[in-house]
Amino acid sequence: MNAPAVGPMTPSASTLDIARIRADFPILSAVTVNGKPLVYLDNGASAQMPRQVIDRLVRYHTHEHANIHRGVHYLSETATNAYETARKTVQRFLNAKEDREIIFTANVTDSINLVAHSYGGAFLSAGDEVVITHLEHHANIVPWQMLRDEKGVKLRVAPINDAGEVILEEYEKLFNARTKFVSITHVSNALGTINPVKAMIDIAHRHGVPIMIDGAQAVQHMTVDVQALECDFYAFTGHKLYGPTGIGVLYGKAALLEKMRPHRGGGDMILSVTFEKTTYNTIPFKFEAGTPQIAQAIQLAAAIDYVNAIGLTSIAQHEQALLSYATERINSLGGVRIYGEAKHKSAVISFYVGDVHPHDVGTLLNGEGVAVRTGHHCAQPVMQRFGIPATARASFAFYNTFEEVDALVTAISKVQKLFD
Amino acid sequence: MDPKFLYQEMILDHNKKPRNFGKLDDATHRAEGLNPLCGDHIWVALKVDAETIGAIAFEGHSCAICKASASMMTAAVKGKPIATAEALVEEFRQMVTVGMHATPSPALARLTAFAGIKDLPSRVKCAVLPWHTLDAALHQTANATTEGDADPAASGRH
Repeated sequence: MNAPAVGPMTPSASTLDIARIRADFPILSAVTVNGKPLVYLDNGASAQMPRQVIDRLVRYHTHEHANIHRGVHYLSETATNAYETARKTVQRFLNAKEDREIIFTANVTDSINLVAHSYGGAFLSAGDEVVITHLEHHANIVPWQMLRDEKGVKLRVAPINDAGEVILEEYEKLFNARTKFVSITHVSNALGTINPVKAMIDIAHRHGVPIMIDGAQAVQHMTVDVQALECDFYAFTGHKLYGPTGIGVLYGKAALLEKMRPHRGGGDMILSVTFEKTTYNTIPFKFEAGTPQIAQAIQLAAAIDYVNAIGLTSIAQHEQALLSYATERINSLGGVRIYGEAKHKSAVISFYVGDVHPHDVGTLLNGEGVAVRTGHHCAQPVMQRFGIPATARASFAFYNTFEEVDALVTAISKVQKLFD
Repeated sequence: MDPKFLYQEMILDHNKKPRNFGKLDDATHRAEGLNPLCGDHIWVALKVDAETIGAIAFEGHSCAICKASASMMTAAVKGKPIATAEALVEEFRQMVTVGMHATPSPALARLTAFAGIKDLPSRVKCAVLPWHTLDAALHQTANATTEGDADPAASGRH
């Protein structure tokens, strides 16, 4: 994930045809804000959807919809086929060994709760320890705290340095005989730090501990190969990957998923039910009780096809060029502090303008048409680590342009003048 | 709405040089106000004597909208009878949630600078937090929050 060489203040040429790509995203030209063109830099919260993915929903509901895994009629078989094909698309996207290792969930939060409940509920007991890092989103803190309160497990937190990087030696020091699970983020949503997950997975496995990776901020920026990583669980979400909301993924090694108990009971997750006894279905269906998000899973597959067609290598290169250019230009303004200076960073810039509260910055940037996230980014411990209540955060996607970086920088300089 | 209509000189001035900012040692009434979504966190202290707000102060950390609102609020209610302050709290809340009354009371005066925030729903809570907190202090409830039942954006409350 090294940034390509970028000369001072000169945007590097991109291998992507950005104008053509932008034409695929209707919202980018359909919306103006306060009379100005939309500059959408809140992709870390939710990315926009290309026409190909929007149209997939229309096609599904025009030609293919029925409930899945139930009927013998034409539409049910068509829908089932599309849904299970989507699972195979996700399998290839993560390079999972088998498609039954892919569980459709609602989002990453849902995926982590599933593991905390189903794995934690079955295999963790009082006094056992779960390791997380100081970089986690609340979604990877609260489910473990709930397990702590329920079962008496302990939460151990790996510290970060001033650049916002996990201190690997301190992470390894947390392991002991009571360490029974690790759950860490791949990329920090608040700071952009890309964790050395392969090294962290190897450390966990050296201590015989299974590990889950929260990939909410990773899969849209870089190739993820769960077999090469050897992680035990991996989670990501659809709407940050140019797909719809309401669909997420949990990858789990088949051997582990088979040992886990289902977290929800209902239809589709059973083989047989009598009032005396229920036999659970096999994986992945054991974890997909009730009618799932069929249309959204199929749209997610369309989003993956779209991203693959552009190519994650080209995407990463363009986004890293945007990051370098934006970092340089923001730093050259003077008086803007960037939080998160990890050596390996995704295209996220968390910043504080002088002593202006980020919510004022966000409102004023919006007045210039620039959409950024403001607040604690559901990562309050990260904010506490740096002694700030919140930041403004610009997060880039492959459809963003160097001109949009310029618009962001101009808008920030206007805030500086106003609060001078 | 162009936010520059909100971030006008008077509001920026009150943010930079807030009036009645600091502690009030001999306060008779206090309350803490918190907006957990954006981290605005303030304290309002009053000295009430003979049903009149003799002294008022606020402190804490907040965005410019919240700070300016608090500063201008303290200036507006200082030396006023409690009943007048309570009526002003209600009128301010109405103005930033429902809209300005056709004939705003003279007491509202320069506070009408905040009327435009009605069109920025995500920021209404910032402007109204000091007023919630003042209300809580007057009624001796320990603290105010912009969430739950006290949410100014929730429908049907006022």
